[in-house]
Amino acid sequence: MDAFTTLTGIAAPLPMANVDTDKIIPARFLKTIARTGLGKSLFANLRYNEDGSENPDFVLNQQPYRRAEVLIAHENFGCGSSREHAPWALLDFGIRCVIAPDFADIFHNNSFKNGILPVRLPREVCDQLMEDAKLGANARITIDLERQVVVRPNGEEIPFEIDPLRRHLLLNGLDDIGQTMQQAPAIDSFEARQRAAQPWLYR
Amino acid sequence: MSATKPRTLYDKIFDAHLVETLPDGTALLYIDRHLVHEVTSPQAFEGLRMAKRPVRRLDGTMAVVDHNIATDASRYTGIEDPESRTQVETLEKNVKEFNVPYIPLTDARQGIVHVIGPEQGLSLPGMTIVCGDSHTSTHGAMGALAFGIGTSEVEHVLATQTLLQKRAKNMRVTVDGVLPVGCTAKDIVLAIIGKIGTAGGNGHVIEFAGSAIRALDMAGRFSVCNMSIEGGARAGMIAPDETTFEYARGRPFAPQGEAFDRAVEWWKTLPSDEGAVFDKEVFLDAAEIVPMVSWGTSPEDVLPITAAVPDPESGGDEARRAQLRRMVEYMGLTPGQKLTDLKVDVVFIGSCTNSRIEDMRAAAQIARGRHVAEGVRAMVVPGSGLVKQQAEREGLDAIFRDAGFEWREAGCSMCLGMNPDKLTPGQRCASTSNRNFEGRQGPGGRTHLCSPAMAAAAAVTGFLTDVREIV
Repeated sequence: MDAFTTLTGIAAPLPMANVDTDKIIPARFLKTIARTGLGKSLFANLRYNEDGSENPDFVLNQQPYRRAEVLIAHENFGCGSSREHAPWALLDFGIRCVIAPDFADIFHNNSFKNGILPVRLPREVCDQLMEDAKLGANARITIDLERQVVVRPNGEEIPFEIDPLRRHLLLNGLDDIGQTMQQAPAIDSFEARQRAAQPWLYR
Repeated sequence: MSATKPRTLYDKIFDAHLVETLPDGTALLYIDRHLVHEVTSPQAFEGLRMAKRPVRRLDGTMAVVDHNIATDASRYTGIEDPESRTQVETLEKNVKEFNVPYIPLTDARQGIVHVIGPEQGLSLPGMTIVCGDSHTSTHGAMGALAFGIGTSEVEHVLATQTLLQKRAKNMRVTVDGVLPVGCTAKDIVLAIIGKIGTAGGNGHVIEFAGSAIRALDMAGRFSVCNMSIEGGARAGMIAPDETTFEYARGRPFAPQGEAFDRAVEWWKTLPSDEGAVFDKEVFLDAAEIVPMVSWGTSPEDVLPITAAVPDPESGGDEARRAQLRRMVEYMGLTPGQKLTDLKVDVVFIGSCTNSRIEDMRAAAQIARGRHVAEGVRAMVVPGSGLVKQQAEREGLDAIFRDAGFEWREAGCSMCLGMNPDKLTPGQRCASTSNRNFEGRQGPGGRTHLCSPAMAAAAAVTGFLTDVREIV
């Protein structure tokens, strides 16, 4: 996983609530056995017409948002299925940060595991950033995870909250399996206790 | 936490599986059961392979294929779609390489992972259960803590049998009273989601309680917990009681004999204590519930079948109005149109929400002696090979076939548009599944969520129908 420290880039406005994971990556694209290559199918049903041509009305088909690294949306982003293909598709497209008033729990979790930073900010702030984003290439926004601020194109800094452990893992690009493996003695002793109390859980 | 403080069902199971609390308060939670399917596991096994890590608890893991497979006889002669085939073959290769227990496609026990977990006794009260699938919340009906995880977490559980978790908030949804005739568990849960919204349970675990929930059989409880995630909650649960214990008794992976009795003793201590505090409480009167149907493209956009399509211009701020306009357009609706005037093209009875034997019986009761309307394709897809066998012993397959329904093999089928069963653009479907998102059942498909009886009623009339008018 790539570390996330500071990102300055173009933000794409997606003024929609309840953007579900079927919208982010429809189920027919989940048949891959790899983590990469899903960027072309990101938002497929919105991004392409039935004949496969691009829908010019969709934001990611417009300049400069084809190079967007940040996505700004409304409430409950990432609701629906647990598919990690959703953050994989965002990442493969080039998006490293999603800003929204709130996120569905599983998507929120999955994002951190893939070096994508989900930033929760109040709706009115998201609306402000959405207006900034509509200004296009001259309106790059910065997300500074070290200092926990989003910097608007006019220089205004907006602080955001983030879980300290998740921040640490993201800043250092750490995978948490290796970290948990160090707790093996504690897991061993939990299993020994549980096996004694509830032997039927073990076969 | 003092020993005397009243605790919720969720707190008790969480505490009983706490391996360690990290300095920042994150919990390392032990996972008793890990269910694995072909879609969300290939990259996890690949991760293990790269890091040369084994699966830690083979006896705590079970794999099955369900999402990609066809639900007709063609599945036994090989999967046509090359990508689906690769995904299924990859799982078969992985379970062999890592020695993971596996229920193959040809086994009568094969079926939808959330149907077979409880059916096999793999999912039991008091357990922590995970699967790389958001509808893992289903298993919470056993009185377990069950939730969906992403592929990175699938790998984490395979390698360590644990997960890093923050404690969720507690939410209780109490449904008291007697459910009117024609209403089912599905109508209860659709009404709940309509009330709390699709983000209502974000950050929470929902405990469903009250006399109307207690009165449900296990199939009904699975339907309710299944759709917790549509209300935003990763997990939904119902306190285990005699209904749960009787369901679990004698199942292949359940403890047997004296061990079962000892397990029941522990299970009886799990229900939330008197005075346990919930961060959020919601109440519904069962008597006020009417048969529900979704009209839009989010599961919160549900209405009683007696209602009409809403006017987008009447709702909320501009963003909400834009969303409503989009829904009305996508769904091919006219504001003010009665829901019962909507003609259906397809009826799908199945999915991890509604494919158990009780669901089959409810649909068959409507289908018996009637016939699928002209121009409607209606399919019934049992949740497991064992559900199918049971239904056939009861003659339900004959009732469905005589009425013009397709009687199919077990799988996820038309719930999610990643196997041959899908809608074509513009088709309108009365579906017993759980999600009505745009394109969920196939690009351009239009989904109306409802109960099995309501779906069967739509099949025989050709329109969304108030089932109370034909029973």
